[in-house]
Amino acid sequence: MATLTYREAVARGIAQEMARDESVLLIGEDVADAGGVFKTTQGLRERFGPRRVRDTPISEEAITGLVMGAAMNGLRPIGEIMFSDFLATCWDIVANQIAKTRYMTGGQIELPLVLRSANGGGARFGGQHSQSVENWAMAIPGLKVVAPSTPADVVGLMAAAIRSNDPVIFLEHKALFATKGEVPDGELVDVLGRATTLRTGSDATILALAAMVPKAVEAAGILAAEGITTDVIDLRTLVPLDVTAVASSVARTGRLFTVEENPRLCGWGAEVASIVAEECFWDLDGPIVRITTPHIPLPAADAIEDMAIPSVDRIVETVRTSMQ
Amino acid sequence: MIDTPGAGTAPNHGRASGIANETRLAMYSAMWRARVFEKRAYDLFMSGLVKGTTHLGTGQEAVAAGFSTAMRDDDMVFCTYRGHNHTLLRGAPMDSLMGELLGRESGCCGGKGGSMHLTDVEQHAMGSYAIVGAHLPVAAGAAWASQERGTGQVTVCFFGDGTTNIGAFHESLNIAAVWGLPVVYVCENNLYMEYTPISSVTAVPNPAADRAAAYGLNRIIVDGNDVDAVYETALEVIEDARAGDGPSLIEAQTYRHYGHSRADPGKYRPNDEVEAWMNKDPLVIYRARLEGMGFTAADLDRIEASAGAEIDAATETAKAAAEPGESVLMTDLWADGGSSWRR
Repeated sequence: MATLTYREAVARGIAQEMARDESVLLIGEDVADAGGVFKTTQGLRERFGPRRVRDTPISEEAITGLVMGAAMNGLRPIGEIMFSDFLATCWDIVANQIAKTRYMTGGQIELPLVLRSANGGGARFGGQHSQSVENWAMAIPGLKVVAPSTPADVVGLMAAAIRSNDPVIFLEHKALFATKGEVPDGELVDVLGRATTLRTGSDATILALAAMVPKAVEAAGILAAEGITTDVIDLRTLVPLDVTAVASSVARTGRLFTVEENPRLCGWGAEVASIVAEECFWDLDGPIVRITTPHIPLPAADAIEDMAIPSVDRIVETVRTSMQ
Repeated sequence: MIDTPGAGTAPNHGRASGIANETRLAMYSAMWRARVFEKRAYDLFMSGLVKGTTHLGTGQEAVAAGFSTAMRDDDMVFCTYRGHNHTLLRGAPMDSLMGELLGRESGCCGGKGGSMHLTDVEQHAMGSYAIVGAHLPVAAGAAWASQERGTGQVTVCFFGDGTTNIGAFHESLNIAAVWGLPVVYVCENNLYMEYTPISSVTAVPNPAADRAAAYGLNRIIVDGNDVDAVYETALEVIEDARAGDGPSLIEAQTYRHYGHSRADPGKYRPNDEVEAWMNKDPLVIYRARLEGMGFTAADLDRIEASAGAEIDAATETAKAAAEPGESVLMTDLWADGGSSWRR
């Protein structure tokens, strides 16, 4: 067992798979010599050499197209899009090409690739470097979507993403890079599509993703002290979606809260809420409540960015009020 | 044959002295197979049996025929929604392509692709891409994998003149040059992006060739209606790519006989321009050349008749095939063969 930061876990997960499989390569802007702008790929070029860890120009369509074409022809490439906001500059390749190719060709083409990107707010970067775009990817058939919250999950889910024969959008949260956690020694390989239950209770289910997970856990601790005990579930992947974990929890607790960093409209919680309303309606003892960022771009100033993104206080207050 | 950067713009018309007789006949056959396939596709579209859309490359067959003949069996092709000719001539069976156009389960993509997405991976026809420019970086990626794996494959990527003004063109040519990728980019300049002349929306007269210098590449223009010239150019640039000399950018000057798509009559093109290009029909030019070289009319007639018989049989086979059902609709989204997004 070692204590790693979330950013170190990114490099550890990639290194584990590159050491195991020569067809795994990593490309992106500043990923090689500089070790990544978030230092998430530090040491990889030194260990695996300049051909397997390669800097690209500022050309997101080239990066995404390169990994797509290489995945068609025997490699298992990883492409880094520095900030997830930049996915908008290559969304044609991601949404129209990568996502659809297996289906449109009747299964002739397989794309075992991973697109990694730094996602989310809290760093005072303003509207074009702070977005939570997981729901963009979730809305496109053909993309798997992963957003881990702990260093151990980063390593295990990275390995699962790289070994997957489907294209995976792997979202690393900027606000979590400096956080630390225990990571077991040896090879770590997780499973896509499996949520984890971090805390159990009987009064409500709180669902969270990525940077909202530690906030949900902290809020659950405060609520428990007031006598409201909750399940806290980390979804970890949006596609595949672990409906079984959510439904079995709601069947016990009768209430559902989602904590989402994405702007309100069409956030992942809306889909989960609709599934629960359709399939678990008779288990519910009250309305499903979504705690989200308002439907606005994220501002830069710390005072108002903190007001926009769901906070521990907002989660506690919302659950407390709703449970009265 | 290949201009140096900044040199004149005279296209290569090809002396073609060294081309073997069998190769010439193969290219004549290839052009005819493409011609009859697309003529049938057009007729079936007009009679409502081919749904959606078609984008015909009729008149441009020499580009596909010259390049496909110059390729090694495992070289890869990427093309656009105007990709019938390229996919067919890379080796996709005619009946599977016609099945795809007719929306049959026997189609190369099981009916999920349609005219704009013809693909036959077994033949290394790696797809027809319907968003302008998208396949240029993908082709670079396939070439990158060949380079890393040392397979010796060359990737040939066809696109239209309109593609030269989209960002993916620039990103792809740049990275291909920087990494020395074994990829050949072939611009089929048919003078119109869709309905608008490419010259009226482009800063330079030769939309591809005039940009080559920006990537440190040679300025190469070829007469895209002269299959010998295309073939000779293709041999040279493919050999360069295979030898590790990096990418090339070719501008093949040609013309489409039909409009942009569907039933577009192409009325935006001046009559004298259309007439001049119709007189440069690559099949007519080549037949005259072959006859002049001593090939008999009977031999050439036989090739044309054989293409006609092949499309007749392919059409009947495709029409007789079943339409796809739910087992096709809901499969092949994921590696497990299914389409489930939940557990």
